[in-house]
Amino acid sequence: MEVQKTALYNYHKNLGAKFVPFAGYEMPIQYKDGIVKEHISTRTHAGFFDVSHMGQFFLEGDDTLIEALEKIIPADLKNLKINHSKYSFLLNNEGGIIDDLIITRTEKGFCIILNAACKENDIKQISQFLKKNHKHLLNNDLSLIALQGPKSVEILEKLIPGVANLRFMTGSNFEYEGEKLYVTRSGYTGEDGFEISISNTKVEKLIDYLISNEVKPIGLGARDTLRLEAGLCLYGHDLNEKINPVEANLKWAIAKKRKEVGGFNGWEKIKNLLANGSEKIRVGIKPDGKVIARENTKIFSSDNNEIGFVTSGTFGPSVNAPVAMGYVKSEFSEIGTSIQLEVRGKKYGGKISELPFYKKSYVK
Amino acid sequence: MSEKKFSKKHEWVSLDGDVATVGITKHATEMLGDIVFVEVPDAGKAVEKEGQAAVVESTKAASDVYSPISGEITEGNKAIADDPGSVNTDPEGASWFFKLKIKDKGEYDSLMSKDEYDKFCKENPS
Repeated sequence: MEVQKTALYNYHKNLGAKFVPFAGYEMPIQYKDGIVKEHISTRTHAGFFDVSHMGQFFLEGDDTLIEALEKIIPADLKNLKINHSKYSFLLNNEGGIIDDLIITRTEKGFCIILNAACKENDIKQISQFLKKNHKHLLNNDLSLIALQGPKSVEILEKLIPGVANLRFMTGSNFEYEGEKLYVTRSGYTGEDGFEISISNTKVEKLIDYLISNEVKPIGLGARDTLRLEAGLCLYGHDLNEKINPVEANLKWAIAKKRKEVGGFNGWEKIKNLLANGSEKIRVGIKPDGKVIARENTKIFSSDNNEIGFVTSGTFGPSVNAPVAMGYVKSEFSEIGTSIQLEVRGKKYGGKISELPFYKKSYVK
Repeated sequence: MSEKKFSKKHEWVSLDGDVATVGITKHATEMLGDIVFVEVPDAGKAVEKEGQAAVVESTKAASDVYSPISGEITEGNKAIADDPGSVNTDPEGASWFFKLKIKDKGEYDSLMSKDEYDKFCKENPS
């Protein structure tokens, strides 16, 4: 497959981006300032992220569309209000996570934001449940820009009046440059902020404005340190088709009503896990010293039994310490449990830690 | 102290009698990005030319640091293990990685000069 580029590719290049191949796209991993500065400027001011590689999948249809989607998504879509969003997943027959996603109710149906690496397969999986009268479109004419950080609201409100009124995980249509755009108050950094769905033809103008307000471009490197500090999962690392939402410690994302009534892929298995717990579970991990426990680091109990593995690990610039997430046998998942991490053949001490590592309150 | 010599793996070496000081080059730190973890060897460890001797990790990835010269470690720089970020600020000065007692000065002589190293970096961009 030919490497794809987002509409902002040349713009990133001019900003001094270093590119890496990611999910079939050439994406900026960092810009001139580097990962730590990009991370800190997002936490203290605001940063923008080009996440246009993610799929913006639009569905239209009547009530039968809700029934269809609820077979593969365990959110309460029937009661999801227009312009409200939920974090959820696509589930396979064993309750494994095909992808994690954000689904928003629109006037005519739903919009689902899908991970870039998964979007083609996701659409195949969703389509199995769709009927002839359900319309769907992966809209590649739209860019998606995340604006994240404490100054986001002040900066975006000046350009698009009204966005300040949005509550976390809600969205609305706005006018910009004579065109409609859709803004949600959401993000994946642990900061207040917005995700802006805007046509490819207008996106450069929006970025010009953000840069003139000292919003820094942020690459995939800092996106990773930000989301990990915020305790958020990265699909393909912390989540995959063999892991279910109970193991992933994401049972909160299954709607209460759906937990009781079921009717989605893998429900039998998940019902059982909800009642009895799972053998392994996702936890936060803090190494005691400075050592970084990266993905696939083996985790041992204090008496040297192998009990799990790391799925994401890095240095957290705001925590000013290494942070990690991984899966351990459930009996070792209690906060504060002492563990050992095997890095380059040597064992280093660490502890099971609360998630997120870094906490700010969203605008609710 | 002698002039600095450079390796193709982006380490520098300076020599004082038979004790060499080894660090990573400014060019290496620019490729690595923000350095967040350093592990230096303990005194007494024997290292071979081009053998793994230390570890440096940036926010992006972990890399081995090789010794461009063989010998016995006399000191690891604990200061950079405590403050890994200092490697970004002064890689070719205070933020050296380790010192070792060398066996064969010929190994030092065979390394690149500053000019040769700069040329090497230009010809091998990564």
